[in-house]
Amino acid sequence: MAVFFIALGGPARFTALLATGLNLLLTLFLFARYDQLIGGWQYVREMAVLPQLRLNFSLGADGLSLTMLLLTTLVSFAAIWTAPKIERSPQLFYCCLLLISGGLVGAFSSIDLFFLYGFHEIALIPVFIMIGIWGSGDRQRAAWKATLYLGAGSFLVLLGIVALYLSGPAGLRSFDVRSLLEMAQSDLFHPASWIYLLLLAGLGTLVSLFPFHSWAPSTYSSAPPSTAMLHAGVLKKFGLYGLLRFVLPLFPEAVTQFSTLLLALLTCNILYIGYVTMAQRRLDWTLAYSSVMHMGTIFLGLASMNMMGLSGAGLFMFGHGLSIALLLALCGALKRRTTTLEYHELGGLAKLTPRLSLLFGFATMASLGLPGFTNFAGEVLIFFGATATAVIDHGSLPFIVATIAAVWGVVISSIYMLRAYRAVFFGALRETARCAAVQDLRPFEFLPASLLIVCLLVTGIFPKLLLKMLTLAFS
Amino acid sequence: MVYLAPLVAAVLILFAAGCCKRVSASLAIGSVLISCAGSWVLFLQGTDLMVSGMTWMDFGKVLTIPIGMNIDALTRTMMVVVTSIATLVFTYSLGYMREEEGYCRYFAGLSFFLFSMLGIVVASNFVMLFINWELVGFSSYLLIMHFFEKPAAADAGKQAFIVNRLGDFGLFLGILLLWIATGSLSFETINKASSLFTDHPALLAVALLLVFCGTVGKSAQFPLHVWLPNSMEGPTPVSSLLHAATMVAAGVYMLARIFPLLHCSPMAREGIMWIGAITALMAALMATQQNDFKKVLAYSTISQLGYMVTAVGVASSASVPMFHLFTHAFFKCLLFLTAGSVMVSMHHELDIWKMGGLRKRMPITFVTFLCGMLALAGAPFFSGSFSKDLIMKFAFQENKIVFWMIVIAAAFTAFYITRVCMVAFFGKPRSEHAAMALESPLVMTAPLILLSIPAVFSGYPWVEHIFITPLGSASLLQETPAYVEWLFISFFILGTVGAILLYRNATQDPVVIPFFAQRFYIDNLYEWCVQKIQGGVANLAAFFDRWIVDAFLVQGIASLVWSIGFVLRFLQVGSLQIYTLFLGAGVIFLVTLLLRIH
Repeated sequence: MAVFFIALGGPARFTALLATGLNLLLTLFLFARYDQLIGGWQYVREMAVLPQLRLNFSLGADGLSLTMLLLTTLVSFAAIWTAPKIERSPQLFYCCLLLISGGLVGAFSSIDLFFLYGFHEIALIPVFIMIGIWGSGDRQRAAWKATLYLGAGSFLVLLGIVALYLSGPAGLRSFDVRSLLEMAQSDLFHPASWIYLLLLAGLGTLVSLFPFHSWAPSTYSSAPPSTAMLHAGVLKKFGLYGLLRFVLPLFPEAVTQFSTLLLALLTCNILYIGYVTMAQRRLDWTLAYSSVMHMGTIFLGLASMNMMGLSGAGLFMFGHGLSIALLLALCGALKRRTTTLEYHELGGLAKLTPRLSLLFGFATMASLGLPGFTNFAGEVLIFFGATATAVIDHGSLPFIVATIAAVWGVVISSIYMLRAYRAVFFGALRETARCAAVQDLRPFEFLPASLLIVCLLVTGIFPKLLLKMLTLAFS
Repeated sequence: MVYLAPLVAAVLILFAAGCCKRVSASLAIGSVLISCAGSWVLFLQGTDLMVSGMTWMDFGKVLTIPIGMNIDALTRTMMVVVTSIATLVFTYSLGYMREEEGYCRYFAGLSFFLFSMLGIVVASNFVMLFINWELVGFSSYLLIMHFFEKPAAADAGKQAFIVNRLGDFGLFLGILLLWIATGSLSFETINKASSLFTDHPALLAVALLLVFCGTVGKSAQFPLHVWLPNSMEGPTPVSSLLHAATMVAAGVYMLARIFPLLHCSPMAREGIMWIGAITALMAALMATQQNDFKKVLAYSTISQLGYMVTAVGVASSASVPMFHLFTHAFFKCLLFLTAGSVMVSMHHELDIWKMGGLRKRMPITFVTFLCGMLALAGAPFFSGSFSKDLIMKFAFQENKIVFWMIVIAAAFTAFYITRVCMVAFFGKPRSEHAAMALESPLVMTAPLILLSIPAVFSGYPWVEHIFITPLGSASLLQETPAYVEWLFISFFILGTVGAILLYRNATQDPVVIPFFAQRFYIDNLYEWCVQKIQGGVANLAAFFDRWIVDAFLVQGIASLVWSIGFVLRFLQVGSLQIYTLFLGAGVIFLVTLLLRIH
């Protein structure tokens, strides 16, 4: 499947919506057509680019990438649908959104690491532009910070990928994930463990692993809601996808060797960032930090390195992508109405905006892991996976501590999410001008959010829909 | 079908919301009637069923979570209790909520609660139980916050949810531990797995006590009891159904579920016994000094739940705590519904010192209250005395200190409920509302009358024989001396007479003990902890993140980059062409590099 919707003419919004809608349908089609009995990579298309380098432009999809593709197309569709009227050059705005979406589709369907990286860059760069042009608040600074961090992260990833390529035996060097894995399994290929650390730092920065997280709050609060949805929901997951796709399978020894380091960092993500989130007094900052915090739980799933943990991480990536996109969309809708997100200036809005508060309630519950939503299923699986590893394989103290911290994280996230929900929507209505004339959601805001909620509920009640795919990818 | 009917109703009401009051109410009532009838049919059939539907998650041998139902004697009794009481409370709500806002929302919440509560009851494994456990907590949150414009209600809902989550933190860790140790999540397997723990009694005790944390949260045991009195901000039928009769008893039900395993761990049982006894006594003392009608009942619920938990710790069979759960469900539900009836006629005034003389104005409410009160106080021939008696006997056999704690608590129970009765129903009216109070409509008094029948009779041996004996026979190891029973009765008389003498014709409280009235200052302590310690840690972390990690690192890197050269300044120009230029140049550079190396 190729990226086919770049050309934009005529009414930008309509074209964009049509393109992402079609893309969503196509992905659903592919998802349904995927042969679960065979598993592995399917729909593979290859094209030799540089035969001397064994560099191929090869696309395809397996269980993991199909799940991510589904997430991408869902969030893109919702993000474009929910975008408000753009004052400044709407053409460019939708073009950027489509570039992000298209880049992601490309990245998640690339088998070749070189193109995987290239597509990610295509998706990343428009984010900076969008913050710079359509952002709010101190947007120049936010754009600069995001560029710096994410640019540095990507650079490390690039170095890591090149090093990985070079460490293959001459003549067999390849960027192809499949052949790299084959070589690793047949003992032809022993990438050094510093490459693992390089890739972990690079991909970790992209996923806001502690201590490389501080780009996230300013980015998400300054970016336009649609961009923030796409970035927090999907683009951020690229780092995790990379780890799942090639880093963990290629470096099983290094992962075990440095597991204490990873566990310490992810525990910081959960506990330290959890408490930072609790101290926030603004909705957008709370949401941004909460998304940083949840990454810790996903990392725990990765670190557990067993079927349950990895599938749980995949499931949680999907659930978190949808729920944070939903929260950011509603947060954007709220900001357009009240122009402020400070808790002390808001309150009692449920009276005026029953629909918004109902949807926000769903999103809150999804985010704090109420059963019935995908996030819960993912979290539970991660906990089971981590416990199994902690007790059976290692019996190591850091693992047990990290698992307990992650379960405690559920308590923390319910504290800050319920506080936020309480502060904005319940209690007495604030008698300020900002809250007095607030109108309820309009269809273009209501429908995409409902779409995301329905998806969260369906995959939360029937997680096997996704788990079947994910387990195929990790078996 | 029994299980799903309320869910269907809840979802339908959600979609039909706002359109018509009557539709949503009849949907809810219809669904609860179906559930109730179904439960009775199941009960009368009396066959054990194992329904294993689809699997929720499937990882082969390691972890398989089926959506399974397990219907045995325990389930049947609990289902009958839950659905019968729910039917009465739903009906009562028709009258109670008639003039309130958010009628549809209310019935949707109530139906959703019933669905998840039945989910707990029929769950065949720990994960299904946990899922419904959380959903019950969620519906409780919704219903407590029904009047969300009141800050106190909004805060109470939030607090209930968070405190329950604290308990669930332990519960989930306990589930993980049991899963690791036994390799299974189903109650059936876990209950048979005691032999695995013969060498590790401490591990079993830790796992069970962690699971017990869930009970401490859900059944409002010390130290997590604070949320229950605050939850009285919800509508009174909700307090009656969720926070007295059924939901809070779910914690005890769960312990009864795993009783066979629990029975093998004396250490865990001892811990459970102490927590129960402390809660029973402490809450009874707190209840003696509350002036709010519903708050007295709330502390009374905590105290009675303490009895049940003590019973889990001391009894030889799950039937003992379940017996008290059974009788308590009826009389406490009744007491709350009478409170609701009083509230409606008093225009939502709850201070008992503003009532008085209601006996004459509201005769039906008064008589039914009397039934509930005597059952709660443990008067002979009323239901509560039978089940409490049994707990006392077991406590006497196990531990004398615990025995005295709960006997004294029983005296205070008689005292505080008689106090409410004397102040609210006797004497002279002390406010205009009290003087003008009117009896409630039939839709509210009918459930009262119906409930007062089991409140009186549900403890009698023939009732016990039908509902409780199938759960297992509770036999004492040795004969209890006769004075134990006399002691119990004399403590009941002491408490009742004491309250009558003190509060007859009183116009203000003759006894003032701030320590009890202020709930031992536990709420204040927690508030201080949350604000100062948790808030402090959070603020410190935020400060650190903002000024050290972010400012230092970012500024550090930024200045580094600036000093490298101003070429990079183009980066912040923010123009598409330059970015793409960079991208293209980078790719070309890279490919050339690789070709060279090759």
